[in-house]
Amino acid sequence: MLSMRGVGKSFLGVRVLSGVDLDVTAGEVHAVVGENGAGKSTLMKIICGVHAPDEGTIEMDGRPVSFGHPLEAQRSGIAIIHQEFNLLPERTVAENVFLGREPVRRDPVGRMVAWLAGGMVDRAAMEQATARLLDELGEDPFAPRDAVKRLSVAQQQIVEIVKALSVNARLVVMDEPSAALAEHEVELLYRLIGRLRERGVAVVYISHRLREVFDLADRVTVLKDGSRVTTLPIGEVTPDELIRLMVGRDLGTYFPPRSAGAGEVRLGLRGAGNHKLRDIDLELRAGEIVGIAGLQGSGRSELAKAIFGAEPFTTGEMTPSRPRSVREGVAMGIGLVTEDRKVEGLVLRQSVRDNALLVARAVGAKGRNGVRDLLERVRLTPPRQEQQVRYLSGGNQQKVVLAKWMTMAPRVLLFDEPTRGVDVGAKAAIHDLMRELANDGMAIMMISSELPELIGMSDRVVVLRDGRVAGTLPAGSSEEAILHLAAGEVA
Amino acid sequence: MNLLVRVRRPAPRGEAKGGLAARLREPTQVVFLALLGLIAVGWALVSLHGDQFLTMESVVGIQQRSAALGIVAIGQTLAILAGSLDLSVAYLISLASLVAAETMAGQDGNIVPAVAATLAVCALVGLVNGLVITRLHVHAFIATLGVALIIKGIVDHLYDGPAGKVPESFQLLGYSRIGPIPVSAMLWAGVAVVAWFLLSRTRLGYRIHAVGGNVEVARLSGIRTGRVIVITHVLCSVCAGIAGLLLAGRLGAGAPTVGTDGGYDLESIAAVVLGGTALAGGKGGVAGTVGGVLLLAVLDTIFNQLEVNSFAKDVVRGVVIVTAVAVYARRGTRRSV
Repeated sequence: MLSMRGVGKSFLGVRVLSGVDLDVTAGEVHAVVGENGAGKSTLMKIICGVHAPDEGTIEMDGRPVSFGHPLEAQRSGIAIIHQEFNLLPERTVAENVFLGREPVRRDPVGRMVAWLAGGMVDRAAMEQATARLLDELGEDPFAPRDAVKRLSVAQQQIVEIVKALSVNARLVVMDEPSAALAEHEVELLYRLIGRLRERGVAVVYISHRLREVFDLADRVTVLKDGSRVTTLPIGEVTPDELIRLMVGRDLGTYFPPRSAGAGEVRLGLRGAGNHKLRDIDLELRAGEIVGIAGLQGSGRSELAKAIFGAEPFTTGEMTPSRPRSVREGVAMGIGLVTEDRKVEGLVLRQSVRDNALLVARAVGAKGRNGVRDLLERVRLTPPRQEQQVRYLSGGNQQKVVLAKWMTMAPRVLLFDEPTRGVDVGAKAAIHDLMRELANDGMAIMMISSELPELIGMSDRVVVLRDGRVAGTLPAGSSEEAILHLAAGEVA
Repeated sequence: MNLLVRVRRPAPRGEAKGGLAARLREPTQVVFLALLGLIAVGWALVSLHGDQFLTMESVVGIQQRSAALGIVAIGQTLAILAGSLDLSVAYLISLASLVAAETMAGQDGNIVPAVAATLAVCALVGLVNGLVITRLHVHAFIATLGVALIIKGIVDHLYDGPAGKVPESFQLLGYSRIGPIPVSAMLWAGVAVVAWFLLSRTRLGYRIHAVGGNVEVARLSGIRTGRVIVITHVLCSVCAGIAGLLLAGRLGAGAPTVGTDGGYDLESIAAVVLGGTALAGGKGGVAGTVGGVLLLAVLDTIFNQLEVNSFAKDVVRGVVIVTAVAVYARRGTRRSV
């Protein structure tokens, strides 16, 4: 049905996808797997018309197509279900399903209104059509008239699927559809995908969770570093082989040497939890870098935010004390280098100096005069204080975030994806700096979805799954071991 | 002070954690309950004061006081629902009253062309508002503020006092009534019904909700979001024009300050928000706005009957508005947890 040949795409001169072939047939569930940065989401966006490919061809039913806008892809029968749902919470199920395509009444009154206000919506027809689609899926735990905001995440996903069916989608792309679902809700997703398959709808299923891939998929395509490694029927591959195909690469990067040993406990968690996390036991020691691994939705960022006090723990113990707010967290000497530095870490339109002093000014710490030294310490090049942060490269921005925290001499520093979107040179500088800080006696926790980085940097890797600690691995563990723990037991 | 506390009571009480709260799902219900509560409290206070509350006279007064603001607020509801806002309505009302009165020039025969001209001018202003917002990407706040100043400049330059003359027959719009219901209130009701129908039964209404709810979702569903915003601004300005006609009928002439004296710009926004429509758009409706306008009018009536000075009145209005929005905000967060 869908056939892609030699598709490639570059962003700002960086090649993210090259020479990718993908064939999807009707009624097939085709899984696409690969590490973060392998090019899965770019490929998906090309299928759905969000991005146009730089090279290669796409054919739908043997006819070449090129989508300039998501709507054109939609008209060709391609629907996408994002991780973040595209629904209006204030509107009803039926209104969401038929958004922008509401059926209108054809009677004289309706015609008159058509001329004035685009037509009188035939609510009965709309609700009946929605109910029929819900029936066909065999799942109707809610009515077409219910407001979407009152539905659970899994139910909202059903609404998205119904929406896809209502446009007669023949190919549905699902991007990590289970990431936001609880365990028992995933079964519902399985059933829904089964129904789609029975109807001859093809599903492109993007997931990190190998168990789901083996449960659902007919075929699997493995991407690595922007290229297709292989496409195999699921019966011809074992989970171990699949993981090897995903990660198998040279660890050519250099990481700073590990420290000699860990010092005193700087921060301890015992049975800590909140709405996203359960029973977390964790110790962070001076001089140590603890890596945190886990799939999307496993609670990695939530763990950092909970320790930091941004989304505090509500149960369990934390030593020396449990912060109830960011202010308390900072007062305890905890810093957080957030995942999204542009939104959560920096004020883009302010100068390097003002940004470096954000924390110091907020807590009234000393060290306002040391900005220059600090910027040199974090190896900001050039260390110009007056430049607006938005003009800096990703790597330099991250260094400013680091400088921001160093003004208060933190005891514990949490890093969430510290090198995402950072070039290779700055990456090495940030790695060196993290190790240097640890050697100076700081306790460091690092979240990363880049397994080589996690393995290269960490003295210990804690793997999270579904908001709990799935296990702890010693330094130098393999990517396979981490993925096994993170993905859960595979059948 | 005692008075402040008691009058404020209805809004938050309906919200309390009791059994009622569970059924009070929507702000619209809250605002009408608050309205009933306020009438009860007002009745008690005015009786204590030795007067009779809700006489024929005061009911008619409430309706007449509400009509102009009510019509403007309906237009404002459309703009705010679409995620926009219109600060130019007050000056536009003045302009509309002048265009109407000047064109009529006291002649019955000129009424129809005058009404047409007034509404056309207003539609044009709305079109400019909408295009500046969508094409030039100026935030609605600034765009409509700028247009407001432009209108003010023109009106101030051309007029320094009331001008034009409205014929007797048209003045009936301002004063006459059928039974206990003033014609102006019926006009308001008519505008409200049309707007309600538009929002809840037509494609355009669905699109207004979608654009205000989430522009990106609307766009990806194939909705021409810019066009929807322009249309809401045209409709909003036409509503201001209708209010201008009404006020011209009441004054018998056009006046360059009739809109700003009434504070219709901020007051209409306050009424919309009081009625539970989210200032960010996408949530709310006409019914709530009608409730909000009536609430403000009843509050006014109570104060007039009690002969409280107007400063205290403003303080209470401020408290009521802020309290109401805080209550809606709390419901919103509690639901999403």
